[in-house]
Amino acid sequence: MTLNKFNLPDVGEGLTEAEIVSWKVKPGDAVAINDILCEIETAKSIVELPSPFAGTVRELLVPEGVTIDVGTAIISVSDDVSGDPTPPDTRAPETPVQPLYGKLPEGEGAAGTPDGGTQESAPAGGPLVGSGPKADAVKRRPRKAAPAAAVAANAPEVEPVQPLTPAAVTTPVAPAVDTRPTLGGTITGLVNRVLAKPPVRKIARDLGIDLADVVATGSRGEVTREDLVSYQAQRDAELDKADGFWGKAGRPQDQRIERIPVKGVRKATAKAMVESAFSAPHVSIFVDVDASRTMEFVKRLKASRDFEGIRISPLLILAKAVIWAAARNPSVNAAWVDNGDGAEIHVKHYMNLGIAAATPRGLMVPNIKNAQDLSLKELALALNNLATTARAGKTQPAEMQGGTLTITNIGALGIDTGTPIINPGEVAIVAFGTIKQKPWVLDGEVIPRWITTLGGSFDHRVVDGDLSARFMADVAAILEEPALLLD
Amino acid sequence: MGTHLPSTEFDGTAVDDQREADAEAVMGEPPAQMVQLLGPDGTLAADPVYSEYANRLTPEDLRGLYADMASIRRFDIEATALQRQGQLALWVPLTGQEAAQIGSGRASQPQDYIFPTYREHGVALTRNVDLAELLRQFRGVSNGGWNPKDTNFHLYTLVLAAQTLHAVGYAMGIQRDQKSAAQAAKEPDAAVIAYFGDGASSEGDVHESMVFASSYNAPVVFFCQNNHWAISVPTNVQTRVPLSNRAKGYGFPGIRVDGNDVIAVHAVTEWALEHARQGKGPVLIEAFTYRVGAHTTADDPTKYRHSAEEDAWRAKDPLLRLEKYLRAEDLADDAFFAKVKADGDDLAAYVRRTTHDLETPDIRSAFANTYAEAHPLVAEELAWFEEYSSGFAGEEELDAENAGPAAKAGH
Repeated sequence: MTLNKFNLPDVGEGLTEAEIVSWKVKPGDAVAINDILCEIETAKSIVELPSPFAGTVRELLVPEGVTIDVGTAIISVSDDVSGDPTPPDTRAPETPVQPLYGKLPEGEGAAGTPDGGTQESAPAGGPLVGSGPKADAVKRRPRKAAPAAAVAANAPEVEPVQPLTPAAVTTPVAPAVDTRPTLGGTITGLVNRVLAKPPVRKIARDLGIDLADVVATGSRGEVTREDLVSYQAQRDAELDKADGFWGKAGRPQDQRIERIPVKGVRKATAKAMVESAFSAPHVSIFVDVDASRTMEFVKRLKASRDFEGIRISPLLILAKAVIWAAARNPSVNAAWVDNGDGAEIHVKHYMNLGIAAATPRGLMVPNIKNAQDLSLKELALALNNLATTARAGKTQPAEMQGGTLTITNIGALGIDTGTPIINPGEVAIVAFGTIKQKPWVLDGEVIPRWITTLGGSFDHRVVDGDLSARFMADVAAILEEPALLLD
Repeated sequence: MGTHLPSTEFDGTAVDDQREADAEAVMGEPPAQMVQLLGPDGTLAADPVYSEYANRLTPEDLRGLYADMASIRRFDIEATALQRQGQLALWVPLTGQEAAQIGSGRASQPQDYIFPTYREHGVALTRNVDLAELLRQFRGVSNGGWNPKDTNFHLYTLVLAAQTLHAVGYAMGIQRDQKSAAQAAKEPDAAVIAYFGDGASSEGDVHESMVFASSYNAPVVFFCQNNHWAISVPTNVQTRVPLSNRAKGYGFPGIRVDGNDVIAVHAVTEWALEHARQGKGPVLIEAFTYRVGAHTTADDPTKYRHSAEEDAWRAKDPLLRLEKYLRAEDLADDAFFAKVKADGDDLAAYVRRTTHDLETPDIRSAFANTYAEAHPLVAEELAWFEEYSSGFAGEEELDAENAGPAAKAGH
């Protein structure tokens, strides 16, 4: 029986390290050549590593979540397929792993016992090819004699390439391993589905910009270099203004007051808000919600293949919750209509769900027509479209008409809650506060949970305190347990 | 009235063109004016010009085209795996472009000369290049891998578009050979195929080569595989018009062919090569196809395109449609497809075995092959190298013993 070890290859051009994202095999598994062993994430991409050996997996030498150098042995496979089916004890990997980050707690693994039966230092299956491992692994050997002076005069300064011997490409053996995940990579791999070309990603990284924050205008929905530039410019402009904002005390008063004509969206917003605030008697109520399950659900959706390429946020679940709760409390999805000598309440048996959106032209409330008919995925797409269109300043008037109920996502700016003003023509609005980890009491114990506050304002002419409370409680129930949507 | 400002025929429609190109690329809709004989559903259509060429293909030929495409796809999978296992420094996958490569390669004659890019593994197969040899360059043990004189299949060119100039130069050489009566008497007319991609089409070399080819009426076929992505740049950034339209500007025919339809590719290439061999000048073929996988193993396409786009193109798979046709016409049975699969696995096993055995060349061969004749500077450098390396003599064993403990002591 021979024990073969697979050394981490350079799967890109000149990569020096990679993280084991997940193992697809376990000790005792039979593998054939090219069966997928694991998934690794490099600086360039997530890739699957196929097995170079056929046989039985003996040991996984590197735990998931750990970043290691190219050339490090990651798995051992014995070539006997029918051998002992019971896996060896899965203790901490022994000698060959050298963690790049962190140190092992004292005492553990200090003295690695060489594995008698394995070729510890000779890479299995011949030398690894690629610029990365060679460059790193070649150890310069001491020379016996200096080159003759006559030759040295013409000698190039660069180090000459030495012929590779199997020993020369061997990984240095290190006796320690860090089993703590280095995370980072794994999480971005699952969550970061923003499309952008590699140079754009680099610029974003250099500028410290999270690509997910940038409005994408590329023809395929990707973040472009221009998007980054304008995002950066806006960020700079806001910071620059802060410095020269205050006027000098000595100057005449009217030079210290900036006059901004009220027009366009600002004017329309002002008119609508006055109309709403002073015709509809507002009542506002609030509820704290443990949204941990919503966060988990969102995370799972992001990782799901079905939702690949779609931006998912907790707002999606809230939108679904509001639609669900409105069906159970129909009067919140209504309008107060004054007509001549009396008034009527129009209950809408459809949901045009408004989403308040900050746009280059000001606050806009476009709505998703017939949101009640949309599946979760369709709703996600509709939210994406709505946001993209609004942020690009391309929202059409028709998209803002006929709304029946509105959500305002004030949490995007880190705000906990507020008392929103109802969009004219509607009787309810829900404010979605930020979701952050807070101490929460569960079964008598204080534990960190993902908490948010929902705020709601209702037109008391239509929605009484009792009804508004039921509605908000229903919305909160979904955020606490999204599985209720299956109801 | 009366004034005629400079304009192009695309004035005012640029935006629409762009949208159209987007729609083509994203939705995978068949573009207008594309030669297609075998549709994605496996039904054979007629074409006034090219059907005649397609009809020359016997059932045996069609089965051969399928077997070639299946072999090269299997080879591609194996080479990708070998890269992931550290046996190759890099691999350039071709999956999705089998029909464009096999169809055009099989249309060439032995006397024709082929200038590939670095992705023409399918063409290499049709030119009888040993596929294991082809991996030498990707394993970093050779600057080439095969002798182009044996197969008239030139070495892979890694410099984008450079081979189009070489191809035109070679074609002009053929012209001159043919002018000498002695040559013309004994050898059949030959033509040249220059392969390049949509990305390379933006390089100056392609422009220069087309100008020369046109000016000298050189017997060259420019075969552009428009696989829609120049690494992360989509075709519609490279061009506002179908790439085949560019031939008009140089004054020779340009044809867009469904690059996933092996029968149409074969027919169009055969026509173009005949055209070139008969002294009628160059032809540009744009094979409209798609790179289903990554640009190379060092690339991650999920960072710049949606998988829906890939799925749309998978539905137009070149192998699937030929299989449908062969089965529908009763030209091949289950036994045939089983044998193709078994042959592919044999090829993969052979390639895997051979790759492991590819030897790292002695560095002295680099000194020996720099100049054809002895050169004093090279001789001096070789002497220095020998002097230097002799300094390590006798330490091999010592090194092997010390490697472990030394490394440990370092920590």
